[in-house]
Amino acid sequence: MSKFNYIAANRAKSKTYYIVSFALVIILAFLFAFPLYWIITGSFKIKKEIMATTPVWFPSEFTTANFDKLMTSRTASLFDFKMFGYTITGPKVPAAIRWEVNTVFMSVSSMLLTCITASMAGYVLAKKRFWGRTLIFSLIVCAMALPKQVILIPLLREMSALKLYDTIWAVIFPIVGWPFGVFLLKQFAESIPTGMVEACRIDGASEWRTFTDVMFPMIKPGVGACAIFTFINSWNDYFMQLIMLTSSKNLTISLGIATMQAENSTDFGLLMAGSALASVPIIIVFLIFQKYFTKGITMGAIKG
Amino acid sequence: MNKNNSAKIKSRRLMMHETLTSYAFMLPFLIFFIGFVIYPMIMCITTSFFDATMGREDIFIGFGNYKELFADKVFWKALWNTMIIVLVSVPVTCIFSLWVASAISKMPVVATSAFRCIFYLPVVTGSVAVTMVWKWMFNNYYGIFNYVGTATGLIDKPINWLGDPRYALGCIILILLTTSVGQPIVLYVSALDNVDKALVEAAEVDGATQMQAFWKIKWPQIMPTTLYILVITTINSFQCFALIQLLTSGGPNNSTMTIMYYIYYNAFKLYRYGYGNAMGVILAIIIAILSAVQFKAGQEK
Repeated sequence: MSKFNYIAANRAKSKTYYIVSFALVIILAFLFAFPLYWIITGSFKIKKEIMATTPVWFPSEFTTANFDKLMTSRTASLFDFKMFGYTITGPKVPAAIRWEVNTVFMSVSSMLLTCITASMAGYVLAKKRFWGRTLIFSLIVCAMALPKQVILIPLLREMSALKLYDTIWAVIFPIVGWPFGVFLLKQFAESIPTGMVEACRIDGASEWRTFTDVMFPMIKPGVGACAIFTFINSWNDYFMQLIMLTSSKNLTISLGIATMQAENSTDFGLLMAGSALASVPIIIVFLIFQKYFTKGITMGAIKG
Repeated sequence: MNKNNSAKIKSRRLMMHETLTSYAFMLPFLIFFIGFVIYPMIMCITTSFFDATMGREDIFIGFGNYKELFADKVFWKALWNTMIIVLVSVPVTCIFSLWVASAISKMPVVATSAFRCIFYLPVVTGSVAVTMVWKWMFNNYYGIFNYVGTATGLIDKPINWLGDPRYALGCIILILLTTSVGQPIVLYVSALDNVDKALVEAAEVDGATQMQAFWKIKWPQIMPTTLYILVITTINSFQCFALIQLLTSGGPNNSTMTIMYYIYYNAFKLYRYGYGNAMGVILAIIIAILSAVQFKAGQEK
């Protein structure tokens, strides 16, 4: 009997603890969401409210002046690419739009390339036994443990030698080479029973058919996780963009905002408008796909 | 005997075939991996023995860069600051995220995933946008920190947070903390979900308190996650760069100079590639040692 009282007392104690911690977590959640709130409301505030010493918690009137200034300050062509010696140039648009286009192009290409290369490599690393497998796998683990930024100096010189410096590809290629995706998809592919692959081979399917028709559909959740992970990370990979991209038309949105900051360091309305353009699209993508994203984070961590 | 031999040849052929197809599958990845990760890593080490800059051939100087590095006062200051950032942010991140995760993992699923999202927001927002808004919040004249501080009486006059050597590093660490707890929380929530519930209930029936149940049963089971979080948080804190470049540029008076920023400064402002690479090698060695120590310590427990 006394034992049950003890448990009841324990439960009651844990209930108070539960309520207190719940309240604390809510307060903390407000604090964590606040910077984002401040970016979005700040981007619509009039100058007087931005410069107020007593903060204006909610804009009294919504203005688009900050976005107008962002859009009119610089212009660039919407796109341009060289083909057979001709340069095709798009119509003139505000530079911020070009930056947004660049960023989307960069994130989507690195995502697609990473998913294709990583799913193929992850599959064989998980399911095949071959010479050099251990060596390649240990190289992958070592590369992941080292700070990426250390290789940026040699990478810069390599990109200059390859004539890729100041092109968006200089940012994309190293992201595709980064082995996290392979590691993640190897984990996924390992959870697929080997029997499935073998049955396919016995039925006479080619290696390629086995991969595209059997393996790939089964590791799809993993590919989804890899895709969203690469997309968000390349969108936000500021250091690499900073080093590889210089000319105004080639900047990404976050790099563009950072450059504007150098010229208008206290025009916070303008900076918040830019920050909103840099962060809101990626946050929406994150909220839509967050299920895959959390899966990617946790799967990548198993076996660390 | 003969049969055995032919089987051996057959299995060898099979192995050969497997190896060829495997490399065919890995080829696209290996091109990028070796070309843009492994090759630069090797170049980082070799170039660190050269006096390298833009527009001329590299000159071999042996350990010259390293000698200069060890005599460089700013480098030691940067190393010291980096160590402070790591020593503060790693334990705080781990404890904070474990606490948040254990609080939200007991909630209904909807609430758990909502909170997990909110704590992850600063990571997704991206370093540049986050830095911009914090720059505004820390601003001397119209920043929210000075307003809240003076209104509540915590500070008697506005502080120039980022321009004061006493506070700048603290501010950087605070911002870094908000952007680094997201991933550990996600990891801890899923680790706590995977803890064997029967064991916890059994302990509760046996009269264990919440604390005992946590330390004796849950803690050992989430140990691998903790280890992983320690390693990634350490690496992330070493790499803290955008905040410093955009907020303080290492100043005032080198009070927020970190190794990562000093590498950037030397390589991309002064174009001293060899010197920057030497620092990169040292940084990589430090991180490798720290990760190894953390793993060893974790395995012994």
